[in-house]
Amino acid sequence: MAEENKVKLHGMWASPYVQRVEIALKIKGIPYEYVEEDLVNKSQLLLQYNPVHKKVPVLIHNGKSICESLVILEYIDETWKNGPPLLPQDPYKRAKVRFWTSFVEKELLENVLLVVRSEGEAQEKAIKVVFEKLKLLEEGLKDLFQGETHHIDGENMGILDIFLCSLFGAHKAQEEVLGVKFIDPEKFPLLSSWVTAFTEVAVVKALQPPHEKLVVVYQFLRQKALQPSAAEVEVKEGVYVRSLSRSHLPDTLI
Amino acid sequence: MAEEVKLFGGMWASLYSRRIEIALKMTGVQFEFIEEDLQNKSPLLLQYNSIHKKVPVLLHNGMPIAESLIILEYINETWPDNPILPRDPYDRAMARFWARFIDEKLIWVSWDAYRSKEEDQGKAIEEACKQLKALENELKEKEFFGGDTVGYLDIAAIMVASWFGVMQEVMKVELLTEENFPNLCQWVEKFVDCPIVKECLPHKEKMVEFIRVLLKDFLASR
Repeated sequence: MAEENKVKLHGMWASPYVQRVEIALKIKGIPYEYVEEDLVNKSQLLLQYNPVHKKVPVLIHNGKSICESLVILEYIDETWKNGPPLLPQDPYKRAKVRFWTSFVEKELLENVLLVVRSEGEAQEKAIKVVFEKLKLLEEGLKDLFQGETHHIDGENMGILDIFLCSLFGAHKAQEEVLGVKFIDPEKFPLLSSWVTAFTEVAVVKALQPPHEKLVVVYQFLRQKALQPSAAEVEVKEGVYVRSLSRSHLPDTLI
Repeated sequence: MAEEVKLFGGMWASLYSRRIEIALKMTGVQFEFIEEDLQNKSPLLLQYNSIHKKVPVLLHNGMPIAESLIILEYINETWPDNPILPRDPYDRAMARFWARFIDEKLIWVSWDAYRSKEEDQGKAIEEACKQLKALENELKEKEFFGGDTVGYLDIAAIMVASWFGVMQEVMKVELLTEENFPNLCQWVEKFVDCPIVKECLPHKEKMVEFIRVLLKDFLASR
C-alpha cells in the first residue's frame, strides 16, 4: 500500500469507541494497521495526533489525523465510497440517523456508564433513566423504519447500528456485572432483535472481546469508580488491563 | 410542490437558533421564523422535538429536524448550491471536530471559568485558555474558519463571537483577550461585521443587559 494512502488506527482493545471505527473499516473493506495504545502511558504519537483530547480512537490517513469516533465514521463514509454506505442517501433520513446516533451517544451511553459507576439509590435512579431512554429509542426505531424490517448484515451496517453495537454488544456482560437486563425482548422487542442481529454479524463477532473479558472490564470500571483510593487503582489499571490485551483476536485481524 | 421551510427558534438571545437563521440566509432559502416562548413551549414544538423539547427545530415540507449541528448538515445537503461545509472530506472532518469541540468542551470549561469562586478561578481560567488556544491555532491566520467565506464552523463558533464577549462583561472575567488570542479576536470582528451575521446576531449591549438580569441571583450571591 502506498505510504500516502496508508491507514492506521490508534486504539485500545477494550474501548467501544475504537470498536466503532474498526467495524466501519472492516465493513468497507479498508486495510489498516492497528496500533494498540497504553492509555496509562500514552505514546508521544498519540499526544501529537490528538493534542486536544489525548484519546483513542485516532485514524491516520495520508499522514493526517482524524479524531472522535463519529467524525471518523463520517470521514470513512465520505472518503471510501466503494464499500457499503454508513449513512443513507436521503438528507432527511441522514438527519434522523444522526439524531438517534447522537441520542445513543449522549443520552444512553452516558447514563449506562453512570449505572456502572454508582451504587445504592444513585444507581437505582440511573437505571430508571436508562430504561426511560431505551423506551424513547424503541419508539424512535419504529419511526425510523416505518414498519419496514431492518435487516442487518455485514453489508448494510450503518453508523447507528455501529454505535448501538458498541454500547450493547456487551449487554450480557453488563447484565452479569450490574444485575440488570437492559436489552429485554419483552420491554424493547425491536431494539432487542436488532442487538441480537448485529452481534451475529461476522465482522462484529470477530471484533467483540469474549464475554469473560468484557465482564472483567465492567467489573474493573465499577471498582475503579467505587473505590476510594483512585491512585492505587491507576497503577493497577495499567498492569491489569494491559495484560488482557488483544490476545482474543486471531492474528489475521490484528 | 412549493417548498415550505419553517424555523422554530428561541427569542433573539438564543444563539443556537441564530446559527440556523444565519445558515438559511447564507444558503438563500426562504423561511418563516416562529418564535417559541421557552417558558411556555407550543404543542407544535413539543410534537416536532418530543425527545429534547428544545429549539431550534427546522421544519421542511412538514418534516422536522432537531439539533443545531445536525440541522446545519441537513441544510448543506438539501440546498447544495451554496454549501456551508467544505467539499474535501478531511476539511469536513476538521470542521465537524472543532464544532463538537466548541459545543462539548470549550463552552463548558469557559462557563466554569466565568462562574468559579475566587479560589478555584485561577485553575479554571488556565484550562479555558488552554482550550481557546487550541481553537486559536486551528484558525491560524485565515480570515474565517471556512477560508475566504463564512462556513459551517464559523456559524458553529457564533458562541465564541457573541457569548464570550457578553460573559466577560457580565462576570468581569477576561478570557478571550486580544493579547492572548489575536487571531480569534480578529475573527470575531470580521464575523460579526458580515451583513447576514449582523442581521441575525443580537447587539452586545442588549445581550449583556439580558444576561445580567438572567443571572442576577447568581451575581448577587458572589
